[in-house]
Amino acid sequence: MIDKRFKNLAEAVAGIKDGALILCGGFGGAGSPEALYGALLEQGARDLTIVNNNAGTGRTGLAGLMDAGRVRKIICSFPRSAGSVVFEELYAAGKIELELVPQGILSERMRCAAAGLGGFYSPVGVGTRLAEGKEEREIDGRRYVLEKPLKGDVALVKGDRGDRWGNLDYRKSARNFNPTMAQAADLAIAQVRQFVELGEIDPEHIITPGIFVDRLVEVPG
Amino acid sequence: MPLNRRQIAWRAAQDLKDGDYVNLGIGLPTLVADLLPEGREIVLQSENGVLGVGPAPGANEIDLDLVNAGKQPVTLLTGGSYVHHTDSFLMIRGGHLDLALLGAFEVAENGDLANWTTDDPKFPPGVGGAMDLAVGAKEIRVMLEHTTRGGAPRLRKRCEYPLTASRVVRRIYTDLAVVDVTARGFVVREMVEDIDFATLQEKTEGKLIAAPDLKVLKTPAV
Repeated sequence: MIDKRFKNLAEAVAGIKDGALILCGGFGGAGSPEALYGALLEQGARDLTIVNNNAGTGRTGLAGLMDAGRVRKIICSFPRSAGSVVFEELYAAGKIELELVPQGILSERMRCAAAGLGGFYSPVGVGTRLAEGKEEREIDGRRYVLEKPLKGDVALVKGDRGDRWGNLDYRKSARNFNPTMAQAADLAIAQVRQFVELGEIDPEHIITPGIFVDRLVEVPG
Repeated sequence: MPLNRRQIAWRAAQDLKDGDYVNLGIGLPTLVADLLPEGREIVLQSENGVLGVGPAPGANEIDLDLVNAGKQPVTLLTGGSYVHHTDSFLMIRGGHLDLALLGAFEVAENGDLANWTTDDPKFPPGVGGAMDLAVGAKEIRVMLEHTTRGGAPRLRKRCEYPLTASRVVRRIYTDLAVVDVTARGFVVREMVEDIDFATLQEKTEGKLIAAPDLKVLKTPAV
């Protein structure tokens, strides 16, 4: 019988290895898997590469992982925001690597990996500093750069409801990167507000079919 | 009198058409959301996956799961919808938006846009959705003050700051003028009435061409 529901956060993040590349959902606080970050901090994995839109705020969550020296590199579109003190300290001290990727390309690279493709040609960033070193091609008179897929070892995502098959729905703009990240990782772990019975989420309204999800843990609130 | 920020936003808002799908960049363009012309239904898209962004919520309506690109709480208009990030940027990059209205550090007379970094060594760089927006929308219009605080021109021959995108800007709204970017360069469509054309040119690095029907740039107190 399929049952992807885990009893607690510690079990949900068990086995994440040092050096893992982890896709982390959320846009600001909306849809951010804060409980999973906390569990990962306890679990102890280090030398991590994190993919997120931003680079943490305050000193908890993603910033907490960084503050504890667990993060080697961050791949993001916009590291500096109100309260991104931990990132700024580490960056100024040369203690964290930054790879800057335009926000939409970040998402599309993960989708590309999830879809089993080798890459795609994009007009974003052509003629700018972020295109340096990338293969360029002209297609039907327009210039493009080649972007490569971005696959995660792990995805930490936040959904609203989840069932034992791993089907997920989301809440408003807390959806954001989460569905694509769940698809683009070998091990997709979701915290959900509520476990529901199989069939309770209308099939028309399942946003992430359970095939993409490996583990779920319930974190109410 | 130069326009204040809200007046620049008011002027930019006047050019929005009923039924336009529009993305408002962070900074100055966000003011446009409060100044949408009466009687026109404009669908605002937010890069984090909201189509149909509504007005700011009342104090007891705030839902932290519903935010805009600047992470501010918003509401959803009736008819609005949510999408994930890949689909949001499909809307943005695939030419589905009628307009992206963006802030800028500099615009060049060939339409080059610089709005993501000033290479300030004190701050790590960040790009967000700026580069996707700049190449994806059907039209790019930009809002900015005509000069820096120190009086240096922002409408340049060529941008000095690192580019966001090349040759994309079509119309510029400043505190002094409305300027179109054309094959011939900057064409001034409207300007405030208490400075003359020569003074406006002094404050602009690129060469200005006066439109034959150059109008006065006038806005209400907003």
